[in-house]
Amino acid sequence: MYKYIAKRLLMLIPVIIGVSFLVFFIMAMAPGDTAKAILGEDAPVESLEALREELGLNDPIPVRYVNYMKGMLRGDLGKSYKSGRPVFNEIMERFPATLELSFWGMVFAIVLSIPIGIISATRQYSLTDSVSMIFALLGVATPNFWLGLMLIIVFSLHLGWLPSGGNTDGFASLILPVITLGTGCMANITRTTRSSMLEVIRQDYIRTAKAKGVSKNKVINKHALKNALIPVVTVIGLQFGSLLGGAVLTESVFSWPGIGTYLVNSIKAKDTNAVLGCVIIFSICFSIVNLIVDILYAYIDPRIKSKYE
Amino acid sequence: MSTNQPKKRSQFVEIWQRLKRNKMAMVGLAILFILVLGAIFADVICDYDTMVIKQDIPNRLQGPSADHWFGTDEFGRDIFARIIHGSRVSLVVGIISVSIALILGGAFGAFAGFYGGKVDMVIMRVMDVFLAIPSILLSMTIVAALGTDLVYVMLAIGISSVPNYARIVRAAVMSVKDQEFVEASKAMGAGNATIIFKEILPNCLAPIIVQATLSVAGAILSTASLSFIGLGVQPPDPEWGAMLSSGRQYMRDALHLTLFPGLAIVITILALNLLGDGLRDALDPRLKQ
Repeated sequence: MYKYIAKRLLMLIPVIIGVSFLVFFIMAMAPGDTAKAILGEDAPVESLEALREELGLNDPIPVRYVNYMKGMLRGDLGKSYKSGRPVFNEIMERFPATLELSFWGMVFAIVLSIPIGIISATRQYSLTDSVSMIFALLGVATPNFWLGLMLIIVFSLHLGWLPSGGNTDGFASLILPVITLGTGCMANITRTTRSSMLEVIRQDYIRTAKAKGVSKNKVINKHALKNALIPVVTVIGLQFGSLLGGAVLTESVFSWPGIGTYLVNSIKAKDTNAVLGCVIIFSICFSIVNLIVDILYAYIDPRIKSKYE
Repeated sequence: MSTNQPKKRSQFVEIWQRLKRNKMAMVGLAILFILVLGAIFADVICDYDTMVIKQDIPNRLQGPSADHWFGTDEFGRDIFARIIHGSRVSLVVGIISVSIALILGGAFGAFAGFYGGKVDMVIMRVMDVFLAIPSILLSMTIVAALGTDLVYVMLAIGISSVPNYARIVRAAVMSVKDQEFVEASKAMGAGNATIIFKEILPNCLAPIIVQATLSVAGAILSTASLSFIGLGVQPPDPEWGAMLSSGRQYMRDALHLTLFPGLAIVITILALNLLGDGLRDALDPRLKQ
């Protein structure tokens, strides 16, 4: 098992190098002069040239990339063109807010979706099943930024129950952004749990367990759920990617002081270093979550575990 | 090949019969049909210059009425007309970006699946790198680098979906490449390109069609998302996400500015998802019996 984890950890390295190369290359293609973007269009030619030299903008792209990677290994993602501060520090200041939002968004999604999916599957074609599936379909189809706006209109502007943005009111500030972020994931996980459970509960071994007189709850919780969870875990891992993407939009709706808001502001300000840093950090987080999901598989499915023991 | 024609037709009819039995898929198809008709005849329904672009400040922020079914926006423009014309943008971006993803991803996936070995390894490792970046973030990065022109938006959304198609097509190609009809084609002296594009790919269409239908929904959502944060379609062009973004500041007193464009997105994506799910069921060989 440790061999498997070590192997998967090693596989992260080329992915991170690849992601950084890809994003660096895309950003390097950006038209316009970074020096002029920082100093302004009317800056003297000497100052512009000095800044280009200082930032290494006169070097070929591969040289700039190697220098960037050397810095990245020391935790140096360059300086923000907008604030002049190290990008790494700016991201780390905002990281806890994004992590908090994403974590609770995923908890909200998982805690609601798995029980709803199981109930829907065990009561297939009932009213509960139909209502759950209609909500799941709507949840998948609803853009989270629009859902966020509707929640603000109802619960903040009209009812005045919850704050409409920011992160200054403790738990109350979290409620609307978490619902906004988690609803899409919840809908997807519910649909997967239901279809996976339906497939499992029709298997022969479930029928055998029922025939032996095992109680319905025990059949579902002990025999069916663990097998049904394998595709669910896959979807949860995949959903984390959309959750991170969704966090950018949700933060934008709720003025949440996380990396998403920072990324959007950096893109608008053409702060290349900040954009690069944010995307790389998001991608590393996503890769780590995928790694955790792969390790979870091994715990859930003994067949995978046995391959590495 | 000509002897196979009647069988192909009957397969299509069989799939259509199965799809027709799925009421939800039919609802999705009907909604899409109306949306496509609206997009095609948008100019006939509402004039672009006078109703979509031209400002009418005295009539700004009016609620829904007989004259303006969905009310007017902050510049007095008819929201219904902007939504109808916005459907053109959404559907065009959806279809073109999915086509880009399909062509590039399909080609990469087909080569990886057909040749296997090192070609497969190199292509799929590159795809893994793309997959490590959440797709909306990749789209945002590309748009941030290239600009917010509609062409770049379509390119960005298309490129971010390439790995999904590469994976699906690769898996599909690997499942059929050793079948007898491929061997027969090889024996008849067909080149690799002919075998891939004329023999293998037409036989892996089922998962590709399903993915394409669901991807159009994803592409429409991505376009709206990019426009919402100011990185997609720029004002005054009508686009649902951009309309939502500009309506945000009036949401306390003029709910219709954010309500109707949002509903347009929800209904379109719902229709595409219903159709995609229906197609998946109709094309699933396990359900043929």
